[in-house]
Amino acid sequence: MIHSLFLINSSSDIFLEKHWKSVISRSVCDYFFEVQEKAGEAENVPPVIHAGHHYLINIYREKIFFVSVIQSEVPPLFVIEFLHHVAETFQDYFGECSESAIKDNVVIVYELLEEMLDNGFPLATESNILKELIKPPNILRSVVNSITGSCNVGETLPTGQLSTIPWRRAGVKYTNNEAYFDVVEEIDAILDKTGSVVFAEIQGVIDACVNLTGMPDLTLSFMNPRLLDDVSFHPCVRFKRWESERVLSFIPPDGNFRLLSYHVSAQNLVAIPIYVKQNISFFETGSSGRLDITVGPKQTMGKTVEAVFVTINMPKVVLSANLTATQGNYTYNPVTKTLVWDIGKLSQQKLPNLKGSLTLQCGAPKPEESPSLNIDLKIQQLAISGLKVNRLDMYGEKYKPFKGVKYVSKAGKFQCMAITIWLYIFTNKENSHLKC
Amino acid sequence: MSANSLSYNEQGGAESAVEVGLESTPTSSGAGAGAGAGFGLFSTDYKKNEDLREMLESTKESLKLEAMKRIVGLIARGKNASELFPAVVKNVASKNIELKKLVYVYLVRYAEEQQDLALLSISTFQRALKDPNQLIRASALRVLSSIRVPIIVPIMMLAIKEAATDLSPYVRKTAAHAIQKLYSLDADQKEQLIEVIEKLLKDKSTLVAGSVVMAFEEVCPDRIDLIHKNYRKLCNLLVDVEEWGQVVIISMLTRYARTQFISPWKEDGIFDENSEQAFYESDEEKLGTPQSKPYIMDPDHRLLLRNTKPLLQSRNTAVVMSVAQLYWHLAPKQEVGVITKSLVRLLRSHREVQYIVLQNIATMSIQQKGIFEPFMKSFYVRSTDPTHIKTLKLEILTNLANEANISTILREFQTYVKSQDKAFAAATIQAIGRCATNITDVTDTCLNGLVLLLSNRDETVVAESVVVIKKLLQTQPTQHSEIIKHMAKLFDNITVPMARASILWLIGEYCERVPKIAPDVLRKMAKTFTVEEDIVKLQTVNLAAKLYLTNSKQTKLLTQYILNLGKYDQSYDIRDRTRFIRQLIVPNEKSGALSKYARRILLASKPAPMLESTFKDRDRFQLGTLSHTINSKATGYLELSDWPTAAPDSSVRNVEVMEPVKEWVPSMGKTKPLKSDDKFYSDSGEEEGAGEEGTGSSSEDSSSSSSSSSSNEESDSESEDKNSKHSEETDSSQSDKSSGHSDKKKADKKKRLQLKKKAKKAAPKESDSEDEGRKGKAARTGGSSNSSQASGSSETSTGSDSDSSSEPDTDSDSGTDQKKNPAKPKVKGEQKPKKEISLLDLDDFSPAPVASNKSSILSPSLLSDLEGLSLSSTPPAIQVSSPVFVPMSSHELLHRMTGKGLAAQYHFPRQPCIYGNKMVSVQLTLTNSSDHTLEDISIGEKTSSGQNIHRFSSIERLEPGASVTVSMGIDFNDSTQAANFQLCTKEDQFSVSIQPVVGELFLPVTMTEQDFRKEQGKLQGMNETSATITMAPENTSNQALSKKMVSVANMGVVPTGEDSLYRFAAKSVSSGDLVLVSVDLTDSSSGRLTINTEKTVIGSMLLRDLKTALAQP
Repeated sequence: MIHSLFLINSSSDIFLEKHWKSVISRSVCDYFFEVQEKAGEAENVPPVIHAGHHYLINIYREKIFFVSVIQSEVPPLFVIEFLHHVAETFQDYFGECSESAIKDNVVIVYELLEEMLDNGFPLATESNILKELIKPPNILRSVVNSITGSCNVGETLPTGQLSTIPWRRAGVKYTNNEAYFDVVEEIDAILDKTGSVVFAEIQGVIDACVNLTGMPDLTLSFMNPRLLDDVSFHPCVRFKRWESERVLSFIPPDGNFRLLSYHVSAQNLVAIPIYVKQNISFFETGSSGRLDITVGPKQTMGKTVEAVFVTINMPKVVLSANLTATQGNYTYNPVTKTLVWDIGKLSQQKLPNLKGSLTLQCGAPKPEESPSLNIDLKIQQLAISGLKVNRLDMYGEKYKPFKGVKYVSKAGKFQCMAITIWLYIFTNKENSHLKC
Repeated sequence: MSANSLSYNEQGGAESAVEVGLESTPTSSGAGAGAGAGFGLFSTDYKKNEDLREMLESTKESLKLEAMKRIVGLIARGKNASELFPAVVKNVASKNIELKKLVYVYLVRYAEEQQDLALLSISTFQRALKDPNQLIRASALRVLSSIRVPIIVPIMMLAIKEAATDLSPYVRKTAAHAIQKLYSLDADQKEQLIEVIEKLLKDKSTLVAGSVVMAFEEVCPDRIDLIHKNYRKLCNLLVDVEEWGQVVIISMLTRYARTQFISPWKEDGIFDENSEQAFYESDEEKLGTPQSKPYIMDPDHRLLLRNTKPLLQSRNTAVVMSVAQLYWHLAPKQEVGVITKSLVRLLRSHREVQYIVLQNIATMSIQQKGIFEPFMKSFYVRSTDPTHIKTLKLEILTNLANEANISTILREFQTYVKSQDKAFAAATIQAIGRCATNITDVTDTCLNGLVLLLSNRDETVVAESVVVIKKLLQTQPTQHSEIIKHMAKLFDNITVPMARASILWLIGEYCERVPKIAPDVLRKMAKTFTVEEDIVKLQTVNLAAKLYLTNSKQTKLLTQYILNLGKYDQSYDIRDRTRFIRQLIVPNEKSGALSKYARRILLASKPAPMLESTFKDRDRFQLGTLSHTINSKATGYLELSDWPTAAPDSSVRNVEVMEPVKEWVPSMGKTKPLKSDDKFYSDSGEEEGAGEEGTGSSSEDSSSSSSSSSSNEESDSESEDKNSKHSEETDSSQSDKSSGHSDKKKADKKKRLQLKKKAKKAAPKESDSEDEGRKGKAARTGGSSNSSQASGSSETSTGSDSDSSSEPDTDSDSGTDQKKNPAKPKVKGEQKPKKEISLLDLDDFSPAPVASNKSSILSPSLLSDLEGLSLSSTPPAIQVSSPVFVPMSSHELLHRMTGKGLAAQYHFPRQPCIYGNKMVSVQLTLTNSSDHTLEDISIGEKTSSGQNIHRFSSIERLEPGASVTVSMGIDFNDSTQAANFQLCTKEDQFSVSIQPVVGELFLPVTMTEQDFRKEQGKLQGMNETSATITMAPENTSNQALSKKMVSVANMGVVPTGEDSLYRFAAKSVSSGDLVLVSVDLTDSSSGRLTINTEKTVIGSMLLRDLKTALAQP
């Protein structure tokens, strides 16, 4: 399946290669470089490239291209999913999946790759098992290692593969038994110029951090499970139980994991927590424009909207911005042409406003399209869909664990796998020239 | 081998040369890094490695480890570290696990290049293959199979075979991986590997399933027949298989299903929930469903669909995609809709995932727009999407467009047109063009919109619009002279060559519709001709020619002027075209016949270009595959076959052997266990039964006649004997009723009969017809419950006690037993554990709403995990048998002279030793030939040779002249090394030794010829020794040969179908390895003797012994 893997940094250096079958010359990457050059931006590189006798399937993460070489038919998603899994494992092990982290830990990386694939087919990919086979680095251990010359490979061989539950290692012990669940939701919305909702949906995840001794069997139930429209589970969740009773019953993996991701569809009216009034216009003459944005809370269910950011990708001709903000600060980056307005908390009384003029390049035609706004925000202690965890029960172990549930509707870009409200606000006032 | 040693010497030579060089260099110490700088690139490199070599050769573990880490770093960066091979390979047996692992990494990387040296490490792995720790065994197998050295193919083969039967599923999984490696190394091993695959396919562990199917797909994807027996098991295990395995299994099952089931896509099919219901019932009698009627889905087909559906909820996008493609290719059209929601969910994932998923949706949306339409908004483009994602979304939106939603889509498109990403804006205009051609209602609107776009400031947008308008006008050229006029007006402002050329072409093509404008445009073009781009010039010439033909009065001069300009153009293309056009349109003497046709050539009506999706033909590839993504056939792509017109025999999937594990399965998916229990035990059930009985006895005559008639009807498929059994049964149950109580004796008898029947049903075909017969009978006999079968089938139809499909009879029978005889303890005992499990299941694990228990969509409960770990136990029927021949000859152990009167003789009785199953039993005959009584005869405490000896209990007294026979056991460890021990009397000790003959180290086994062949197939290569033999004439007859053979070696005779081929089988006492001997007589006096055994030493010794024995008369 997966023949070889090359890691390539943004300056087209191959800084790591690993082969699971016979060695493939790194010149195969020339095809990749060719395509990369043509694509311009890294994001635009197509994930599947036909390269002579091989096929290159790549992902781009944290400024690194993971390029895998394939020689014969394989479902491309299989490879892509696996590569992302590799990247996540690195993240898990080193705290970040950067070029320097990989270079610093090249031996561990190599050992990991060796365990994860056998002959190009995934062998051990569960992080719990990997961590038993290969200990993640930490400062203390590396100091100890350098003094005593001991190693970062598990001294005792794990039994995980034999355990009846492949995602949990046997013999877990904690002094404080805790289970935390974070319900994190993000709203995906497109608003049009008038502020009405073109499209809105909620994507949620429940991330868990479970530090429990032994083999606990947990049951998590919701007050309103019918809200969840489309769910995908960690393999530990018993699907049948969900189907019949709408409760999550599972023997959890040890540590952090994503229990569930779900989707609340647009049909259930999605509450948009803020509204935006905005007016960005460019004058026909004088190479300037005007900008006026006001943001206010709406349907917040009594919670405070925090960490509000407004990001605007300005047209190329905008040279600078001279604005005043009644709250927060703004920055304009003339190179990337992005205007970022960091508002902070939204208060009900005084609505933050950003107003001022934009300077355009002299002589250039006025931009025909007004830019759209991207808005990030965060609301603590609220799941915007209204999802509520009812109770968490534990069977199979005697002790009483400490349980906690946290609701966040925090913001971030969807590509970054956090939560965002994407408000695309169309500013085009001109009548549609396509009459529909 | 000599070549190997030679090259090894060379290697050694090079090494020593290096060492010499090293000595001559004064700065050879590892610390001299600074000094190395002066030597240039090569020498520093060389020095650095030298330094590593020293570290590797040091005695300190930490130094070695450090060196290995640095070497791995070199490998990772793609640097060559191959010259360190000799130094590294020495550490392969290191105790330090990490060091060992790193050495493994190194070995796998470089063994191919340094094959001879790599061989040095093989023995280490072979040893590790026997390690008690599963992980060590597995990793040894992994490395052994990864080093790609062709010479060790037989060793790999052996190791794989052994690992395939390992107790640890993890090791078996590794074995499955190794199969592919060996296959890619040496494709000749295919046949043997297929055998291993076949064995592993039977494996019940979820850990193994994915890997072995992967091996199957790589080695023998065409051997679909291997899947039959495992199909249901794979379907049932699927949910619990690890994610990666699921993908592989699902894609294999997709291919399988396309060859085995008939198409569910027929028009008249019934696919509502009722058909599911019908299926559940048909579960009970399983194969009784008639295939000819309107379409009814094969239960196995349904099983696959049902068991894959939960996987749509997987977190792994590849799994979701593979289930989606399975539904797409296998499910009835009405059911495909379930996949959309999940596919749309995947769009939230990474950019790369989106790309693949969108591609697949694009293909699907061409064929079935309906299923994606509700999710249209999910395909709206975001400004942050990369271009290829945007274009794909656009593609899908275009595919989804219909009369109802076109206005929404166009409104969306309208914003895209203004996108800053101009390539995307251009693509949007193309998409608008496609919508306009597909949906006639909006053609005009689109056209107007596009015309408006012509005034756009962006050139690419304008150009693209012109091109699309041109295409649109071509499709309906009649009414659009206005647009052409408009475009002519815009012509001056448009600068993009492609757009200008398009307008010129349009005017030329429809010049008759714009008779006034066309010459004017030509006039303008004549002015600017010299500064135009080539493509515009060509179209100008084209326009001139067309106008000349239609309106020569006005344009003759203009045309000539343009043709003259063209004649002297810099581009030869234009000069050529001008020359050609001139010859074509201007009549002169030389132009000949062609100019007559000029009008027809230039003004022929052109076919309109088709505006269609680039994904139109993608569905020829299986969705979700690499081939689909790149839109061309990738290496190793396996075509999805068309549905067969007639369903192949579905009974091939029946599994005859009931594994004990199967018993668990029903409990997993209990429908309503309590209810059914009620039915069994409650009064109402009894009453019902009684009522039935009442009706039965009231019409006793008719019922008996009807039952006999029904059994007559069955008799076409069933034997006469069966028939009589039926009537017997009927009688007994009738008498039951008449007496009113269950007579225990009779019930027993009945049970015996039923058991007999059950045994009969093991043959699948029979059960098929029988089931059908029973069904019919049940229907006809109606309420009459005279035979147990009727009541059994009435239960079946209520579906209260549904059981694993493969044993419907067993259950209904036992149910009847209970009903008739509820107090019977044994039956109850059988029933109880099942119930307990189901209760446990209900409380703690999955309460299972899903109706059919056959499906057993197992939640990852402990039970199923346990099930997954259990082993399939279908070893070939090899059993130790009694010896064919016991030689009476005995051997001297102790002569009476040396034994001071005690004489001892030993003899091999060829019986399995009672003291230990690894021991060979030996009989000692002790005789006292002295004149005094010997006391306390025993075997001394210490033995010299380390064999495990079971001593006989000491003999207290042995009178003069008397003799006694005792037996003892010796574990010879499968070698002919003599067992040395001491025979003690009260006074003396005598050292004696028993030297076994190789033939006595076996136990005879019986096996079928088939098993023999199979086993022999596994023991080839190194494990086979053979020799040509010459036979004494007396030995050539069948009996004589056998006798000779069994006298030499304690072997069992294997029945054979061939005349001149004799087979004998045994297993070694200590290790239990098979020893297979075959003698193939070529003619009367010579033949070929072949011995297959893993114990090669024993094999060769046996060969020698047999050879001599057969040569002697």
